Amino acid sequence: MRRYNNRLGIRGWIYAGNYGLERYLYFLHRISGLGLILYLLLHIGVTSARIYGGAAWEQTMSLLSGPAFKLGEYVLMAGAIFHAANGLRLIITELGMCIGTPGRQEYPYVSSVRKQRPLMILIMIVIAVLLLLSGVDFFLV
Amino acid sequence: MAVFKIQRYDPEKDGRPYFQTYEVPVEQGMSILDCLFYIKERLDATLSFRASCRMGICGSCAMYINGLPRLACETQVTSLATDTIEVRPLPNYEVIKDLVVDLAPLFEKHQRVRPWIIPYDPVELDRPTKEYHQSPAELERYLQFAYCLKCGLCLAACPTVATDQEFIGPQALAQAFRYNSDTRDGGDTERMAAVDTLHGLWRCHMAGACAEVCPKGVDPALAIQLMKREAVFGKKKGRARLADPPHAVKLLPGILKAPEPTVKRSEGEI
Amino acid sequence: MRESRYWILSLVAAACLVVLLGTHLFLMHLDTLLAYLGMANPDPLDYSAVMARGRSGGWVGAYILLLAFSLYHGLYGLRSVLSEVVSPPGQRMLTWAVIAVGFIAFTWGTYVVIKSSLMGGV
Repeated sequence: MRRYNNRLGIRGWIYAGNYGLERYLYFLHRISGLGLILYLLLHIGVTSARIYGGAAWEQTMSLLSGPAFKLGEYVLMAGAIFHAANGLRLIITELGMCIGTPGRQEYPYVSSVRKQRPLMILIMIVIAVLLLLSGVDFFLV
Repeated sequence: MAVFKIQRYDPEKDGRPYFQTYEVPVEQGMSILDCLFYIKERLDATLSFRASCRMGICGSCAMYINGLPRLACETQVTSLATDTIEVRPLPNYEVIKDLVVDLAPLFEKHQRVRPWIIPYDPVELDRPTKEYHQSPAELERYLQFAYCLKCGLCLAACPTVATDQEFIGPQALAQAFRYNSDTRDGGDTERMAAVDTLHGLWRCHMAGACAEVCPKGVDPALAIQLMKREAVFGKKKGRARLADPPHAVKLLPGILKAPEPTVKRSEGEI
Repeated sequence: MRESRYWILSLVAAACLVVLLGTHLFLMHLDTLLAYLGMANPDPLDYSAVMARGRSGGWVGAYILLLAFSLYHGLYGLRSVLSEVVSPPGQRMLTWAVIAVGFIAFTWGTYVVIKSSLMGGV
């Protein structure tokens, strides 16, 4: 009998319904992580220009200047800030902290996601402040 | 009147699912399942869906209602606060017909974690001499996870299940933790071997969607994180004490005597 | 080694990275903030500054640690994301590909760090 495969696929990482913010952070964490690892490999290549002497270094650096690269650098910085701060939250919750303990459940149920939400909000505020600070440093001053 | 947009799919006729619209006169107190029965009885008898107990115990009527996987019987129409209700089969499964999905992967993964009590002492299990004693605190360590209906909502919500067919999934992991936390059980090592794989425990990244949708407050996300914690820091597990059966102990004053068993055991029978 | 060991290692690397990479980004990019805190660092990307850092033992150690932690954590994450979308026969190949990339990148990075620590002043 024929069947229709209802698997969401990669689209399911991004949107699958009206869930809390945590499920979207899952995707953001993923995408920022993938961006950072690709950049890291690039970064290892680019910075190795220094063993070929001052001229080679200056040439590489001049290649990587300009407003587009500045913006790219900021996006990477933002990705790193998000990945680090959200990763800290994940380390805390995945080691069973700030998510409550098992017990008798009474309706309306308060899930572990709801219990870690204050931590999540705190982390989001930290991320916002860091993004703002580094944004000011990057573009305004 | 509420408008129901329901995803239809007949494997014998349709190549792709499509939406069909029905108008249902809703009143206060009707659940989505009541409305589906209304449609099936009065408007369109070809509509297929699974349902049984109508009271959130069997877990048959799991479907995707207005952007969240929910039990149709536990979802009040008025609680959705809208007149357009979209009902679709659960994501991340194969659709057999209309709202009926194939839950076989769920049960197969559930079996993989050995969801039963693996006793320390098989002889004691075969020929019990005493009763297992468990304190209320020891019970509450796993009771929450024992309420799992196997409805499959959590797998429909999980972003990892969305891509990873082999991921063992929140339901099975929560059940692994439920039996691991039972003081009568000694099967931690076996279960850990079943979940400590590339597609096991470590593919959960605390998106928390499973905990949000669970209709019984089982909270698979909590179970999974606590299991990780035990895998990292180790755990101290008490063993259930064997207690004398009630005939050998003196009743406290004020406690009624249990009724005599209705079926008498013959001599020598276990 | 079982999957749990890889995961725990990745977690430890992540915790170290928060500190190391945080410091690295702060020193390299947030010059105004640094000046505000009295740790002015005129141009960290100037060739002479880069080479001066490259010669000090502390920086060499920090760079190699940063390289090891970030490559391990990043490539473990890459593998776990890709293993979800790659079909089972490809998964073994994926693991080997990730190990190969990590090995090459780490060797090259370490070579660069050590080579530049041995280069004379400009």
